[in-house]
Amino acid sequence: MVKTVNDLMPGESGIVKKHRVKGSLGKHLREMGLINGTRIKLERKAPLGYPVEIRIQGFSLALRKEEAQLIELE
Amino acid sequence: MADYKFLLAGNPNVGKSTLFNNLTGMKQHVGNWPGKTVERKAGSFTFEGQEVELVDLPGNYSLTPYSVEEIVSRDAIVLEDNDAVINIIDAENIQRNLYLTLQIMETGANTVLCVNLLNFAEDAGFKIDIKKLEKTLGIPVIVVDAREGDGIDELIKRTIQTTKDKSDRKVELTYGTDLDSEIEEVTKLCSNVKVGTAPQEWVATKLLEDDEEVVSIAEESSDKNNLNKIIDIRKKAEDKFDDSVDDVLIDARYDYIEQVMKECVKRPSDNKTTLTDKIDKVLVNRFIGFPIFLIIMFLVFELTFVIGAPYQDIIGLLFEKLGAYLLSVFGEGLISSFLVNGVIGGVGSVLTFVPIIFILFFLLSLIEDCGYLARAAFVIDRVMHTFMGISGKSFIPLILGFGCNVAGVMATRTLANESDRITTILALPFISCSARVPIYALFAGVFFESNQAVVTFGLYILGMIISIIVAKVTKSTIFKEESAPFIMELPPYRIPTLKASVMHMWERGSMFIKKAGTIILGVCIIVWVLSNLPPGVAEASSESVLGMIGSVFAPLFVPLGFGFWQAAVAILTGLLAKETVVSTFGTLFGVGEDGLGSVLPVLFTPLSALSYMAFCLVSGPCAAHFGTVKQETNSWKWTAISFCLCLVLAYVVSLIIYQGGLLLGYG
Repeated sequence: MVKTVNDLMPGESGIVKKHRVKGSLGKHLREMGLINGTRIKLERKAPLGYPVEIRIQGFSLALRKEEAQLIELE
Repeated sequence: MADYKFLLAGNPNVGKSTLFNNLTGMKQHVGNWPGKTVERKAGSFTFEGQEVELVDLPGNYSLTPYSVEEIVSRDAIVLEDNDAVINIIDAENIQRNLYLTLQIMETGANTVLCVNLLNFAEDAGFKIDIKKLEKTLGIPVIVVDAREGDGIDELIKRTIQTTKDKSDRKVELTYGTDLDSEIEEVTKLCSNVKVGTAPQEWVATKLLEDDEEVVSIAEESSDKNNLNKIIDIRKKAEDKFDDSVDDVLIDARYDYIEQVMKECVKRPSDNKTTLTDKIDKVLVNRFIGFPIFLIIMFLVFELTFVIGAPYQDIIGLLFEKLGAYLLSVFGEGLISSFLVNGVIGGVGSVLTFVPIIFILFFLLSLIEDCGYLARAAFVIDRVMHTFMGISGKSFIPLILGFGCNVAGVMATRTLANESDRITTILALPFISCSARVPIYALFAGVFFESNQAVVTFGLYILGMIISIIVAKVTKSTIFKEESAPFIMELPPYRIPTLKASVMHMWERGSMFIKKAGTIILGVCIIVWVLSNLPPGVAEASSESVLGMIGSVFAPLFVPLGFGFWQAAVAILTGLLAKETVVSTFGTLFGVGEDGLGSVLPVLFTPLSALSYMAFCLVSGPCAAHFGTVKQETNSWKWTAISFCLCLVLAYVVSLIIYQGGLLLGYG
C-alpha cells in the first residue's frame, strides 16, 4: 500500500513522493508548489471529515478526499 | 493619454486590491476584459506631475493558461503595450509567490517586485535580505505596506526609473536545466513566430510546452512547417526526462526559487503556531465548527434585517410622502397617476431594499476580507458537493440569493470553475429572494391565516429543493464529463479595513440602484402605459391593452387554478419584476393593496392561491436577473436555458400542486 496524504492524521506531515492528480488541476497544484520532495502537513479535517487542510510551502490549501488520495508520500 | 501604463500582478490574497485602491483611490473604472467575463479594473493617478495608468490583473498563481483569468493576465503582459509590470507578493508566502514572478520575468516584461506584508512575515520568523534579493533576481525590489501606504511613493519612483533605463531591462533567465539545449534548438526553428513583446526564448519554451495559444499563433506563421520538428524535440525530451516538458520546467523554477531562498531568506522553524492556527482551532473545530458556521451565517442575516429594517421603513415613508405631495401638486389625473402608480409604486418599492442590500454586502465583505469566507466554504463543501454536486464556494452566491438573486449571480464571479458557475447560476432563481416576500405576505395572509408561517417557510423549502435538484441534474447531465475538483487557499486571517469593505459594498450594491433606475423603471412605465391604452380607457381595466394581453394568456393558466386575466397580467408583470405582482393586483382591482384581502377570495381558493405563490416563486425573480445572467455568462444560450427552465418548472410545479390538491379533495 502506498501511503498518501489521505492516510495522514491531523497534525502529521510527510514528504511528497509524487502526485498523480491528472490534467490541469495536477499541473496547477504543481505550480502552487506541490512538487516532489516538498514537505506536506495535514493541518486538519473539515468538521464533516472532508475537505482537508494541507500545508505546503508555507501556506494552507483545502483539498477533497479524491485529490488527497492521489498525493503519494515517501 | 497617460504618460505611463503599469500592470499590477500577483497571487490572490496578497494585498493586490489594497495596493490598487491605495494608489488609484476612487479614480477607478470597472468593466470587463474585451470578450471575457473577467472583471477588468483600471485606474489612474498622478505622480510628480506625471499621469500613470494602472491596470489590476486578476489574482493568479501562475501564468499558465488554465482559466480565462490566467489568459487575461498573460495576454495583458505579453500582448498589451505596457511600461512595467508591478508584481506584488506576500512576504510570508515568498516561495510560492516567486513562481509567478519568474513567469512574468520570462515574458521579458519590465518587472518590479513589490514585497508586501513584510511585518507579518518577520513576526512569523522570516528574515528577508531585500538587497540580496534584488541582486539575485536582477530586478528592483521594493518593500511596501499596502494598507498603510508606506513605501508606495518609492515603488512608483523606482518603477518609473526602470522604464527609462531600457538597457537594464533584459534579464537572462535560465534555470540551468538540461532543457536549455532543446529551447535553443526550438528558438532557431521559430524565429518568425512573434508573440507580442515576448522574447524568442519564451516563444520557444511555450512551443516546447505545447501551449495551445502560442501553437495556434505558430500555425499561422511562416514557420508552421517546423512545428513537426518541434514536436519531435518535445518527444525526445520527454523520453529523456521521463516527465512532461512543462513539469520539468515547473521543477526547474522551484529549484531556482529554492536557490534564491537559500541566498536571501531565512525561514522560521516549522513548528511555530500562528495566530491563524489558533483561530482555526476554534472556528473550524471538528465539533463546534459547523454550529459556529451556522451561527455566523444566521448573525449576518439577522443583523442585516435588524439594522436595515428601520431604514427601509424611512425610505418607504419618504416615497409615500413624495406620492402624496405629487398628488397634491398635480391633482388626480394622468400625470399624477403616472408618477405615483407608475414610477413610485414600482421603483420606490424596490429602492426600499437598498439599505438591506448594502448592509448585507458590507457584512459579507467583512467576513470575506478577514478570511472567514474561505473557511465557510471549507466547512460546507461536503454538504454542497454531496447534495448539489457543486463546491462549497457556491454557498455564498446561493446564500446571497435569499436577499437578491441578482446579487447572487454577480457573486458567482468568485467561482473559478466554469461548470460550477453555470450550475450555480441555473440553481439561483429558485432561491426565494426578498422580492417574493410581499407576495407570500399577501396570499398566505389572506388564505392561510392560521398557518401563515408554515406556508411561507414551506415555499422557501420548496425553492431550495428545486434549486438542489436543478444543480444536481445539471451537474450529472450537461457537465457530466467535467470533474470539478476543489482546491482553495485558506488565507491567513487579517483584520479587515473599513475602507476596503466599504468599497466592496459599494461595488456590489450600486448595481442594485442601477437596476432600479433602469429595468424596473422601464417595466413600470411600460405597465402603466399599457394599462392606460387605448386612450380614455379606465386604468387597468379588462378593456385596456394590458387587460387584453392578460385575457390572451389567461386560458393557459386554467389547469393551474388561476385562469383569469388579472392573475395573468400580474404573472406577466411579475416576470419583469416580482416586486410588482402585489402592486399590479392593487392597480387592477382599483382597491389599493389594503383592499385586496376582501377581493382575492372571490377569485382564488386556498389551493389556487398556493399554486399561484408557487408559480411566482419558481418563475424567476425579475428581468434584471436574466440580464445579469447574460452579462455574467456572456451567453444567450445559458440565459435562454435559465429563463425557459424557470417557466417550465413553474408550470409543472403549479400544475402538480393544483391538480394534486384537487385529487386529494382540497378543491
